[in-house]
Amino acid sequence: MSGKRCVTVVNEALVELFETRDDVVLLGEDVLDPYGGAFKVTQGLSERWPDRVLTTPISEASLFGVAAGMALRGQRPILEIMFGDFIALGFDQIVNGIGKFREMFDEQVSVPLVVRTPMGGRRGYGPTHSQSLEKLLLGVPGICVVAPSECHDLRGALIAAVEDDRPVFFIENKLMYGRPQRRPVNGYVDELRCVESEGRYPALTFSGNDFGPASATIVTYGGMLPIALEAATELILEHEQFCEVVALSSLLPLELEPVLESVARTGALVTAEEGTLTAGVGAEIAARVQELAWDDLRAPVRRVAARDGIVPAARGLEDEMLPGVRDLAAAVSALAEARA
Amino acid sequence: MHADLDANLTRPSASLEELYARMRFIRRFEETLLELFSAGKLVGTTHTYIGQEANAVGVIAHLDRERDVVFSNHRCHGHYLAFTDDAVGLLAEVMGRSTGVCGGKGGSQHLCNGNFYSNGVQGSIVPVSTGIALAEKEKASGAVTTVFIGDGTLGQGTLYECLNLASLWRLPLLVVVENNHYAQTTPFHLAVAGDVRARAEAFGIATDELDTTDVEEITAAAGRAVEHVRETGSPFYLVLNTYRFSPHSKGDDHRDPDEIATRRERDPLLVAGERLADDVRAGLDAACEERLTEVVAAAEAAPEAGG
Repeated sequence: MSGKRCVTVVNEALVELFETRDDVVLLGEDVLDPYGGAFKVTQGLSERWPDRVLTTPISEASLFGVAAGMALRGQRPILEIMFGDFIALGFDQIVNGIGKFREMFDEQVSVPLVVRTPMGGRRGYGPTHSQSLEKLLLGVPGICVVAPSECHDLRGALIAAVEDDRPVFFIENKLMYGRPQRRPVNGYVDELRCVESEGRYPALTFSGNDFGPASATIVTYGGMLPIALEAATELILEHEQFCEVVALSSLLPLELEPVLESVARTGALVTAEEGTLTAGVGAEIAARVQELAWDDLRAPVRRVAARDGIVPAARGLEDEMLPGVRDLAAAVSALAEARA
Repeated sequence: MHADLDANLTRPSASLEELYARMRFIRRFEETLLELFSAGKLVGTTHTYIGQEANAVGVIAHLDRERDVVFSNHRCHGHYLAFTDDAVGLLAEVMGRSTGVCGGKGGSQHLCNGNFYSNGVQGSIVPVSTGIALAEKEKASGAVTTVFIGDGTLGQGTLYECLNLASLWRLPLLVVVENNHYAQTTPFHLAVAGDVRARAEAFGIATDELDTTDVEEITAAAGRAVEHVRETGSPFYLVLNTYRFSPHSKGDDHRDPDEIATRRERDPLLVAGERLADDVRAGLDAACEERLTEVVAAAEAAPEAGG
């Protein structure tokens, strides 16, 4: 709708948060102007609020804990982790502190911090700067993982994350930064109908129902959404197969209702994620949908994900490793043809 | 670099009687815990503070529980009692009772009460304390945040990240290193290279180091340390060489009994107790036992958490 690039939308949401809340502090590496962060998300903040934007040494293992300490004492810290891959350095703090304090201390405290970090490949950054590691966070009780796409209300999601009393990991996608925000207009994104769920971090359900009944559902999130929409469009145009696409924003807690509703209509489910296959987001969704909606499914849930391995640097190798439109279309076609 | 501190800044806020009574209560509380364990009335784990009481009591004598923050570690009972005096809440917590300070969810090493926190992972607590100090600085609360670590923590990289951050950002953080010379069963010389104090000096942090079990000496040095943080808003690193008489946890002690016996000759309770008149000391000891009996009764009477 706005047509602004997603990086601008996130940046403006940060500006709005700084203007409206004086408990918001941002810290991270290289976040000061004129550089404004490796992906330029924090540009302009430090010039206006020099006391509230803190550039840090390269100390991620501690910075997660520093943000937790600030949150325990009433601030709303936003920690920018330059590359999502670097959350690996923070896992002790995430698992043994951030995720635990509230329940372990019997609800006497809350840890309202936001960790913003870009994930995803397709930019040739190679094995340690291209991963989609959000799945590692899904096994940590006590935190939230939010991974909106270019079609979600990015501004609303970031503001909701900062206002959330729970710790929120806000996963941004590197390719998304440069793409325009594509909000539904009159209930449509391009030719596809788009319905938004209720809640703090709404999910989007896309359908081509104007053209024909859908025979499969794709559930995805974040940077995989444009690929899923492209696959859905290709299936309509080239194979006259219709599917629905559910784009989650809240991965933890996992928002399953729109997926179950869609599966009740379509009878088949494909999960799509850019992270590696094993123990991924799709595995969790598949397990739950099969527990809750077995009778709705004509065929086992299929997972489309990256091969279990590294994200290679060379673009050709990277394309082979990461899931693409063709992989997704093939999985949907196979399911669409499956009979009960 | 050494702190250039005025000795006049030392303001022990407690009398020797009070310091002794607090140490005595911590000692007897911990001994009682071990007895309750042996009697099968406690499960899980505990890490007693027996022998190190002068450190908690001496440092915390200078802290204001309404304003200052303490972050402790797995061996946290002494710090907790010295800061909060909430013995029933602690014992009920360790005994898994619903009236425990964390409703039985945290147990021995995960406590939270007002401005007191503890957590059971050595590398975890210093970063969180650094963040707390940063928040308190930004709020201009005047709070001193004190984090208690041990020689075992010297092996954790986050400690050095945080010494850098605390110095770089001039944070009101007091790092107290209680070097009891053993990380669980591993002796100091098998785990720590170089100089303990120089680690912080390298970051431009003011330091002091004591090798004593004398609570009055520790209280005086801690007073200078707390005053430094309070007045300058910048960090301080206080090394207290100490010793625990009890095992790391329970029954996991392989130290030379002669070494322990030699250390017991300098028991902080003996050192302080010798300076008190016999009748005064006896009165304090009796009051301690009386309170402890009440504490145990209150905790035992509380309902079990869960189930």
